[in-house]
Amino acid sequence: MDIDYAELLQLQATYAAVVDAGDWDAWCELFIDDCCYRLQPRENHDRGLPLATLSFESKGMLRDRAYGIRETLFHDPYYQRHIIGPPLVRARDAGRIRTETNYAVFRTKLSEPTTVFNVGRYLDDIVRTPDGLRFATRLAIYDSELIPTSIIYPI
Amino acid sequence: MTAERTDHDPRIDPVGPVGPVGPVGPVDPTDPADPAEPLQARLPSLRPGDLERGRIPFELYTDEEIYRRELERLFYRGHWCYVGLEAEVPEPGDFKRTQIGERSVILTRDRDRTLHVVENVCAHRGVAFCRERHGNRRTLVCPYHQWTYSLAGDLQGVPFRKGLRRGGEVQGGMPADFRLEDHGLTKLAVATRGGAVFASFDPGVEPFEQYVGPTVLRYFDRLFDGRPLRLLGYNRQRIPGNWKLMQENIKYPYHPGLLHTWFVTFGLWRADNSARLVMDAHHRHAAMISTRGNAGTASEASQVASFKPAMTLHDPRFLDIVHEPWWGEPTAVMITLFPSVILQQQVNSVSTRQILPAGPGVFDFVWTHFAFADDDDAMIQRRLRQANLFGPAGFVSADDGEVIELSQRSFAAVPDRRTVVELGGRDAGDAVHMITEALIRGMYGYWRKVMEPGEP
Ligand code: FES
Ligand SMILES: [Fe+2]
Repeated sequence: MDIDYAELLQLQATYAAVVDAGDWDAWCELFIDDCCYRLQPRENHDRGLPLATLSFESKGMLRDRAYGIRETLFHDPYYQRHIIGPPLVRARDAGRIRTETNYAVFRTKLSEPTTVFNVGRYLDDIVRTPDGLRFATRLAIYDSELIPTSIIYPI
Repeated sequence: MTAERTDHDPRIDPVGPVGPVGPVGPVDPTDPADPAEPLQARLPSLRPGDLERGRIPFELYTDEEIYRRELERLFYRGHWCYVGLEAEVPEPGDFKRTQIGERSVILTRDRDRTLHVVENVCAHRGVAFCRERHGNRRTLVCPYHQWTYSLAGDLQGVPFRKGLRRGGEVQGGMPADFRLEDHGLTKLAVATRGGAVFASFDPGVEPFEQYVGPTVLRYFDRLFDGRPLRLLGYNRQRIPGNWKLMQENIKYPYHPGLLHTWFVTFGLWRADNSARLVMDAHHRHAAMISTRGNAGTASEASQVASFKPAMTLHDPRFLDIVHEPWWGEPTAVMITLFPSVILQQQVNSVSTRQILPAGPGVFDFVWTHFAFADDDDAMIQRRLRQANLFGPAGFVSADDGEVIELSQRSFAAVPDRRTVVELGGRDAGDAVHMITEALIRGMYGYWRKVMEPGEP
């Protein structure tokens, strides 16, 4: 697949912008309908253990998460801020491009100092759609050994 | 788990293996050997009878001395603590590092397939030598001076034990009366049942089955009935709250209807669910047994304001529940085994949730999800999908960590206040409904007995 590197950067930057702005509808729309989003401890990934902290297999599941964040999940309010590194293109074929991208997420709770929240890398399969580049698969594999209390928003 | 204690720890005897305290039993309350202060002297806001009738002083969750006493009396003495699943160490030589209380321990499977649990403290100079969290080894070797232990914790070799021979002369070496047998790793008592493994630093601890008691054991056996298990993976979180709050959280079944609005919104928690609460004779362990209601429509059955009858999932597979034969009638059974673990069966999601205290105001919470070896792929996918409901980001469990953290904030700020745990009365007993906090009162009645000076 032919992709301009700047387009890839734009996709990554857009992702960071929507999840940091709390725009969950826009987050869902960065994925194709038949998508996979997984937030998984590195430990499980490295050992071939399938459990993930979040594991969604369709855009419908992403929408259900968005609903949960907005309507049902009680949580202490916080901001998150993604710092995403330059994507490394691992493979490309006619249909998709496979990239690996480091990320760090900082969390800021009201009245509190900012802390490092979750650190890892994205393993992405990206496809072109009439609406632009979209994620077919986004695996967020995190190094962070302990989740500080909970993760509410998508990484 | 990666943080090791660096300060002086009086619990670790620098000379030899920790002498676990003797058998549990009645002790003379005037025992001068027990230097612990009476609880009421230690906790000024604790009034007589408070704990039993559900008034818990906030300082019970913040006091450093109380916390140290809990480690000693609840985690290191007289109790069995969860260390893992047999499925985590399936092959000879496999090991897994974990913790009991704050002490680092290693679960190993020996060449003859026996399971051992040994403390991760080198007998030589105390190095917490095992750094990997899991792996396979023929022996346990400390990197500092290469003392080598068997998988059972016996010391097998010490470099330069016989000294160094130089020109016909022997230099150094251990004294002639040094015996390898005297310097093994601290060995723990081990109990396995149905594939779950427990250990105790206390050689006098009662048999595991007796410890759990017949009432709760029935539900333990329902989950761990001996079928081989398959490990699905881990989630780990650190919650800035006192460890007891997590035990409490799983001891009253009405909170999901209020806190976990996701459960209610999608009809999983309904007011016509039936529930039974049972405890062991000491009131330390409990099981909450619930069965989803099926009378009428969910909207009629639910009296909880957040229920939204029109609300459906975009992807109903989150709740693709298949009733498994081994459940019997109940659709969810949550077991609290005091002090270290919660055993979860919530519809098709099964896990253990291990509590690792790390100070009065913080604990780590380790979720180990598993399947059964004879599950087909569809069932494994179902269990993994339903795991989205539980864990540190779960649709329902994420809330629990949040409220525990917020409770602890008040405890630290206002230590002399007391909680009000009076729902369902001021005593402790089994129940056939969910609108009660009796299990929490039961737990604190037991807690007091064990924590008073002179008690076991
Ligand atoms: S401290 Fe372990 S061998 Fe010396
Ligand atoms: Fe809960």
